[in-house]
Amino acid sequence: MKKKITMIICLTLTICIAALCGCSNSANDQKTITVINYGMYIDPAILDQFTEETGIVVLYEEASTPEELYSKYSSGAIHYDAVCSSEYIIMKMMADQSLQPIDFTQFEHIDNISDDVWSFCATFDEGNQYALPYFWGTVGLLYNKNMVSTPPTSWDVLFSGEYAGNIIMQNSMRDSFMIALKYLGYSCNTTNPEELAQARDLLINQKPDVQSYLVDEARDEMVAENAAIAVIYSGDGMLGCTYNEDLAYVVPEDGSNLWVDCWGVTAECVDTESVYTFLDYLCCREDIAKQNFEYVYYPTPNTAVLNSLDEELRNDEAVLPKLDSLDNCEVYQLMDDDTTAMMDEYWKQIKAE
Amino acid sequence: MKRKYIALPYLIWMTAFIVLPLVFVAYYAFTTKAGGFTLSNVFAIFDSLHIKATILSLGLSLSCTVLCLLVAFPLALVLRRIHLNHKGLIIIILILPMWMNSILRILALQMILSKNGILNMILEWLHLAPVEIINTPAAIILGMVYDYLPYMILPIYNSVMDIDQDLIDASSDLGARFGYRLRHVILPLSKPGIISGITMVFIPCLTSFVIPDILGGGKIQLLGNVIEQEFITSMNWNLGAGLSFALLIFVIIGLIFTQKHETKYKESRVW
Repeated sequence: MKKKITMIICLTLTICIAALCGCSNSANDQKTITVINYGMYIDPAILDQFTEETGIVVLYEEASTPEELYSKYSSGAIHYDAVCSSEYIIMKMMADQSLQPIDFTQFEHIDNISDDVWSFCATFDEGNQYALPYFWGTVGLLYNKNMVSTPPTSWDVLFSGEYAGNIIMQNSMRDSFMIALKYLGYSCNTTNPEELAQARDLLINQKPDVQSYLVDEARDEMVAENAAIAVIYSGDGMLGCTYNEDLAYVVPEDGSNLWVDCWGVTAECVDTESVYTFLDYLCCREDIAKQNFEYVYYPTPNTAVLNSLDEELRNDEAVLPKLDSLDNCEVYQLMDDDTTAMMDEYWKQIKAE
Repeated sequence: MKRKYIALPYLIWMTAFIVLPLVFVAYYAFTTKAGGFTLSNVFAIFDSLHIKATILSLGLSLSCTVLCLLVAFPLALVLRRIHLNHKGLIIIILILPMWMNSILRILALQMILSKNGILNMILEWLHLAPVEIINTPAAIILGMVYDYLPYMILPIYNSVMDIDQDLIDASSDLGARFGYRLRHVILPLSKPGIISGITMVFIPCLTSFVIPDILGGGKIQLLGNVIEQEFITSMNWNLGAGLSFALLIFVIIGLIFTQKHETKYKESRVW
């Protein structure tokens, strides 16, 4: 009997506590959204400001590479409302049907996003339904003005042998092939085995001239003047130029890759209103977008922010790549499995030489 | 025996972090992306590209092991001979680098060896020709030796220190000179330590991918780098797991071989 009473008391207590928790939740009516983005890719102060202004709490998750971000998302351990990633991950998620269309008419400041960047996005997101551009940029050359006699205008400087031993390439399969394909005059999204084989041969021939294949360290090596030319992402190139005044960034005229990091709203997101409020605040509202730009320092698609910059900064090609220099640039498309496997095999052959 | 249960924490640890991951690796190794059974991932090790990477890995690991041995064994002999109260201190100094994160040390080495690095700055100051060792196999071997030397020194030092002085005295009383003594008394008695040292240096070298990546500038592809590429960039976990599994088989064969030796001498260190 005694046991029974104790049990009943315990049960009642548990139920009461559970009910109380439930009550307090609904009483507070606090909205929470969960988002994921790359590390160091937002001014963290903005999240607090946002909560202060709107009362919506943002749970912010980070990942360091596109692949890591994708596997973190797809593992399903956390329910995400919005995802920010490279365009090819967004494409993959669109193909998986894990994104829902965004109703941009609910965005108060959507007109601030530049039409040019919308059109980049349209190459993979027809009708601009799923992806909101966050930052964008190019792949180009960072060179040392004291070591390179004439400013390079073509990828040719990487293949002519003139700077043998002083070249840093990106340790990235897709980017290396992009350069070779563009130099040969092909599309970087080609699936033609013949063209890919030519690109591979070009890269194999180039290998003895390459000092090293690096990723994030490329910028530091250039700042330390260990090499004359490096293949680099525009944002990194821009930072390199501020660390060492002898460096300059250029996008070769042969064309290059144009990348756009975008926000997408996941299919399982229910509280779209809060997510829209957050994305509008972060990407579109001028003062916040500017604050974020000054922290991240990558080319922003927000025209209002660009117009507010001073003349010198606005003319810096690394901040805002000139649109006419982008004529030959392409956004990566999602590669089919066969092409991926072939490129993977070719890349190993290059590395094995 | 109740005492068996005190091993329970380790048992749980082993299951969660050794056995289960191995089961996953084996699962991926023997299946295709679609989930069907295949042996092609494991046999992919015999592709010319992978053979090339394997041979390069074997060559570099072997050089590194030999270099470590050449440093560690004479050192152990010297430490045995000097009658110093602070032998422990010398050992601590030798293994001190292990207290620092290995990646950090390798990054530091990269700074030292790079083209305008500290080494070349010193050489220039001495009016000597600069060396271009970074991004070559030599830099990788240097990095590996630097990283793994303590793992060679410790077991060899232990077994050399344990040799009974009477045995050495007896052999010299009977007229054995230093060379003979070394070959027929000291070397056989320190064999268990040497074998442990070789295992503990050779195997990590064989599978390493961070050191070749950082000091080789991404130009030198070892088997570890191929596996990393399959997992990280190509997202082909099946092939990556297959190659890992093939590598595991090599390692197990090596271990069986050394275990045989160890049981023969009935003494083993570390292992």
